[in-house]
Amino acid sequence: MQFMLLFSRQGKLRLQKWYVPLSDKEKKKITRELVQTVLARKPKMCSFLEWRDLKIVYKRYASLYFCCAIEDQDNELITLEIIHRYVELLDKYFGSVCELDIIFNFEKAYFILDEFLLGGEAQETSKKNVLKAIEQADLLQEVRHLMKLMLKTFYYFKFT
Amino acid sequence: LSCCWLIHRHSDKPAKMPAVSKGDGMRGLAVFISDIRNCKSKEAEIKRINKELANIRSKFKGDKALDGYSKKKYVCKLLFIFLLGHDIDFGHMEAVNLLSSNKYTEKQIGYLFISVLVNSNSELIRLINNAIKNDLSSRNPTFMCLALHCIANVGSREMAEAFASEIPRILVAGDTMDSVKQSAALCLLRLYKTSPDLVLMGEWTSRVVHLLNDQHMGVVTAAISLITCLSQKNPDEFKTCVSLAVSRLSRIVSSASTDLQDYTYYFVPAPWLSCKLLRLLQCYPPPEDGAVKGRLVECLETILNKAQEPPKSKKVQHSNAKNAILFEAISLIIHYDSEPNLLVRACNQLGQFLQHRETNLRYLALESMCTLASSEFSHEAVKTHIETVINALKTERDVSVRQRAADLLYAMCDRSNAKQIVAEMLSYLETADYSIREEMVLKVAILAEKYAVDYSWYVDTILNLIRIAGDYVSEEVWYRVIQIVINRDDVQGYAAKTVFEALQAPACHENMVKVGGYILGEFGNLIAGDPRSSPLVQFNLLHSKFHLCSVPTRALLLSAYIKFINLFPETKATIQEVLRCDSQIRNSDVELQQRAVEYLKLSSIASTDVLATVLEEMPPFPERESSILAKLKKKKGPGAVSVTELEDSKREGGELNGGGDRGPDTASTPSPSADLLGIRSAAPVGAAPASAGSLLVDVFSEAGDISSLTNPLIPLPCRFVCKNNGVLFENQLLQIGIKSEYRQNLGRMYLFYGNKTSVQFASFTTTVSCPGELQSHILSMHLLEPLVEGGAQIQQVLNIECLTDFSDAPLLNIKFRYGGALQNLTLKLPVTINKFFQPTEMTSSDFFQRWKQLSQPQQEAQKIFKANHSMDTEVLKAKLLGLGTALLDNVDPNPENYVCAGVIQTKGQQVGCLLRLEPNAQAQMYRLTLRCSKDSVSRRLCELLAEQF
Repeated sequence: MQFMLLFSRQGKLRLQKWYVPLSDKEKKKITRELVQTVLARKPKMCSFLEWRDLKIVYKRYASLYFCCAIEDQDNELITLEIIHRYVELLDKYFGSVCELDIIFNFEKAYFILDEFLLGGEAQETSKKNVLKAIEQADLLQEVRHLMKLMLKTFYYFKFT
Repeated sequence: LSCCWLIHRHSDKPAKMPAVSKGDGMRGLAVFISDIRNCKSKEAEIKRINKELANIRSKFKGDKALDGYSKKKYVCKLLFIFLLGHDIDFGHMEAVNLLSSNKYTEKQIGYLFISVLVNSNSELIRLINNAIKNDLSSRNPTFMCLALHCIANVGSREMAEAFASEIPRILVAGDTMDSVKQSAALCLLRLYKTSPDLVLMGEWTSRVVHLLNDQHMGVVTAAISLITCLSQKNPDEFKTCVSLAVSRLSRIVSSASTDLQDYTYYFVPAPWLSCKLLRLLQCYPPPEDGAVKGRLVECLETILNKAQEPPKSKKVQHSNAKNAILFEAISLIIHYDSEPNLLVRACNQLGQFLQHRETNLRYLALESMCTLASSEFSHEAVKTHIETVINALKTERDVSVRQRAADLLYAMCDRSNAKQIVAEMLSYLETADYSIREEMVLKVAILAEKYAVDYSWYVDTILNLIRIAGDYVSEEVWYRVIQIVINRDDVQGYAAKTVFEALQAPACHENMVKVGGYILGEFGNLIAGDPRSSPLVQFNLLHSKFHLCSVPTRALLLSAYIKFINLFPETKATIQEVLRCDSQIRNSDVELQQRAVEYLKLSSIASTDVLATVLEEMPPFPERESSILAKLKKKKGPGAVSVTELEDSKREGGELNGGGDRGPDTASTPSPSADLLGIRSAAPVGAAPASAGSLLVDVFSEAGDISSLTNPLIPLPCRFVCKNNGVLFENQLLQIGIKSEYRQNLGRMYLFYGNKTSVQFASFTTTVSCPGELQSHILSMHLLEPLVEGGAQIQQVLNIECLTDFSDAPLLNIKFRYGGALQNLTLKLPVTINKFFQPTEMTSSDFFQRWKQLSQPQQEAQKIFKANHSMDTEVLKAKLLGLGTALLDNVDPNPENYVCAGVIQTKGQQVGCLLRLEPNAQAQMYRLTLRCSKDSVSRRLCELLAEQF
């Protein structure tokens, strides 16, 4: 895999992961172009498209688009399921994940991704093992449980 | 709406609070993010960000030392700002400080910042590498993983220099935790991709390969990506992975859906690992060990069988995972291209998918079938789906699926269905999406040319292309139609008539005007007999388009006009009038003005003869690979063999005669020194005259002795193996020149017989005979007039088809009377098996992979011999290219060696050939090795070539 982008239906980039060295300018150009292309596609269309010399595999989950660029010999269907497994991991970690979770906890979204994919290849496909690694990390930090709960209530009323 | 769950749930579940801050709360960060989200405009957002940046800057610069938590929070804010798309030019040092924190979350944020915002500041890199080094040696697996993730994410050369030697050690060490092994494997992969020279597996190779046997599925999943990449680059060193991969795959494929616990995904056991195993096997030829191969074939059969079983779940994830493995298995079957049974099964399976309700599956089936179409075993099976594919082209709603359908039609096209496919593609073009029109145009043009049985169909097709999609017809396409019309005299009249009709349309595309102008300028005379297309009518029609055209087209039309003056003297006055008007000779465009002025002058002062010479019909273009193909950048499917029969040439003489020594001029030329059609000058300087002398055969020795016709067989000059044109034979009486061209398994040879004397040759007859099985190779031979006047030259055309590989050359027998004496000679025609080579470009890894596939002893022929000719590099290269193969650069590790690849096209089969020539300049010796898929070809080529160098 060369990169993965998460963006909203409004075209806002929520997560970007690049597995090939590119300049910031080039990254922005690619993002703009792909967001435009993918958003222009209709719901029933197929999830794959050719773009430059790469294959794009994308899938929409509620308000978010997950979009991966893979190379010619890579497998499209298994990439679709990479996306799905990542969504499942986010869902399990946050408990029914929504776009706001990813906005406010973008760093967690990156950490989970790094446990699952590394250098663009699957590192660990077992849901249990990935989450174990993340939860372990969470345990290592000071739990400020009460504070967290207060914050959650506060933002829940503010944003919904 | 951003509160919608990504995964749909039952509505009776209570609404969830978004986890605004999971794990440790960074309240300041959450407030900042919500502030940004509440900004009503871009300006407000930028203002808020600038305020925050100023705040962070002052905190970082402040006198008070920041605690780890605050540092983490600010670094995280900077990261957020950067990910919003703003530039960040500070904070790197604070992030680096976080790396050495003992608190996991602080370290983690530090590494994330570095991974996303890596700066090439060398001072910083040194510090980062230091921190990584500490974490790698910490023996704390979570810290080690963080450090490895960072290296994998950055993957810079500096990091490779610092860690490439350390990571393999971590990867294979017995006491390394599984999770660390997984990170180490992929970290190494990333470094290998960026700096392959720094990652040396050497002693670790075997232990890395054995990770395929690891008990932990996660370790195998991660390690196999590394092994696949390394195998692609060093197939020999890693080849033991084949049997390990097959047994691993076999265990997964035969396991029950629950055996692999958490590695089972929607009832499919280890789909990611299965796909990767199948992918790894595609780096190698089929296993040589019978048992391993049997086990693998069993796996592939099981995968194909499972596709027919009822699904274990209705979830799309189940079918996607299952089909991902199936498609990867089909890719492997296609890669092996040696199991007809599996290939046909794969094709049938894909055929089912062609009509599946899932768009994704239809798309992939079309894509995968494209590669199946190029296998000789499955080409016919793919063709049976033509109606479904045509239907997809017409009805699919998604342009990317339609594009796949068009690609597949192109791949499955052969002589039997070309007309149907080209017609469908043409009609699709009328409504095709702009994005794919140009490619479609190229494909139609290539198919039309490749499978043209009658060239009037070809001309119609291309003109239709211009009519339907003129804007997308690139120069290559219309250049090509002109080349073909010029080279084939049987289609010229038809082409002239057709363009004339096409130009009648009130609005016709400029490309049509270009083709029309060129063709009428050359061949307008062929339709001028009809009063409806008399010269003046033709001219007026062309000129009516003139003012609507761009400068290059106008320039082309001006040339057509001057050609008209030569073809039709009656149009001279009208055309001169046009050239003389101010808009032409005073045109502001220099090119147009120059043409107008020069053509006007030329037409006024030159005599008819001079004009006729200057403006003579264009000589034929040298036959060569269509430039359209190069443009399409598609490799030709080896299954698509053209069997086009070349029709007989109807006229003798002129068409291939570029030198203009036909007609009255020829007769007056002093005969013995007459240059044969300029062939000699086209041949490499010095080659023809020098060697012609050695070929002198004294036919006079038999003069007068009609009864005792000893008929000397003249051996084939060996230089013709690598050369298609030149003087084949010469004595005091007769010179025989040849010019030949080959395409696929067909060839056409022009023989030029020149009478060097001033006396007529009477009863001039020629016959071609083929020893043994060669008989049927000669399709037709043009008959000759029995008289050859003194000093004259006649031409004969020979059409050749290669039915199967051969080693003997056809014999040409010539008999004639010269001054009452019967002359009789027989010579070998330079038709050798290598003439039917199609060059094949391939990469070094492809070459050696195929080389290994052709490893049976009888497939190889080798000769070591002394150099007979110059060992100069350029000379050698020219010879190897003349052979018809592709000369591959940068393939052989030794730059002194030459390697070539090509496919010999016979009617019945294609024979892949690889050649390696190893010169030894000191010893003045060569070693020549050939490996071909057919033994007899290896031997024959080896014999032929050994005489060449």
